[in-house]
Amino acid sequence: MSVAAAAPRLTDPRDVTVGALFLGFLQIALSGFGGVLAWARRLIVERRRWLDDGDFTDMLSLCQFLPGPNIVNVSIYVGARFRGPLGSLAAFTGLMAAPMAIVLVLGALYARFGDVAAARGGFVGISAATAGLVIATALKMAVPLVRRPIAAAFGLIAFGAVGVVRLPMIEVLIVLAPLSVAVAWFRRR
Amino acid sequence: MKVGDVLLELALRFGVLSLIAVGGATTVVPEMHRWLVESTSWVSDREFAQLYAIAQAAPGPNVLIVTLLGWKLAGLAGAVVATLAICAPSGLLTYGMAHVWHRCRAARWRIAVQAGMAPLTVGLILATGYILARAADSGWAAVAVTAATALVVLTTRVNPLWLLGAAGAVGAFGWL
Repeated sequence: MSVAAAAPRLTDPRDVTVGALFLGFLQIALSGFGGVLAWARRLIVERRRWLDDGDFTDMLSLCQFLPGPNIVNVSIYVGARFRGPLGSLAAFTGLMAAPMAIVLVLGALYARFGDVAAARGGFVGISAATAGLVIATALKMAVPLVRRPIAAAFGLIAFGAVGVVRLPMIEVLIVLAPLSVAVAWFRRR
Repeated sequence: MKVGDVLLELALRFGVLSLIAVGGATTVVPEMHRWLVESTSWVSDREFAQLYAIAQAAPGPNVLIVTLLGWKLAGLAGAVVATLAICAPSGLLTYGMAHVWHRCRAARWRIAVQAGMAPLTVGLILATGYILARAADSGWAAVAVTAATALVVLTTRVNPLWLLGAAGAVGAFGWL
């Protein structure tokens, strides 16, 4: 690898225009099947060099810390950083417009053909597999909790209360969040 | 209900979900299901699971399930209103925090909040998977597909789209 690759220079912020933000996030949206965040990192850090690795990690930790769809928060943040409100709007629109159009076409096909026998069976299979993907995601995220029994208990209670007993999520969070955060506060001195 | 009323309700409900979606859009799927399937019966259990699957199979963020639910309830306007409602409140918060974040990044309260919320996020995503599995369920064969998919994802690096395709084929042949 050349020296340039070892110490990559960031793109001049003046070159990160509203149009570049729109196109960049459009590309992220269309590359990302399932895991959009990995593609966001690849494009923003490696290809376009808008942010360096450390900046990207900081930014991502904020976007995952705050509520809401993480990748949407990423688009708002990156847009804001380079071009203010207009940049956020451009990045957000780039991220959402094409996927929304595609998913609505798929939804319309589903509404039209979902009752044909083969398609109906197919959708049962795909939805069963999708549930498996989500469960696998949760289990992967649960690995670090194995060594923290109290935290694991909070996770299990949240699962039982919201998923099995079907209590309203807001009320569950109002009770569990302060307790869980308090435990984390005192655990960390 | 009039279309305007539905749009207003979509905006309010998804607007609130935006602010309690700790750890991303997947954590509030149980709440969407509770509202749309259990309380109002506006969407059937099976349809909810299948719309979620379509959103997952399409390129783009997971939050597209909200686009499809809005579309199902109030057409194109519903799709746009619901999507903006779940993105805007948290997005405005992100915009506001973008400039002050570096100051609280190492703060003790921030670390405690993050560590405290992490297990709840995991529990809520697991709840989403459990609810979707029950909604997709058409017997033991479907449960087996769910379990096999989870197992393959956990033990290999295969692209999940192949798994969705294989499961769709199994279903299309009428084995589920």
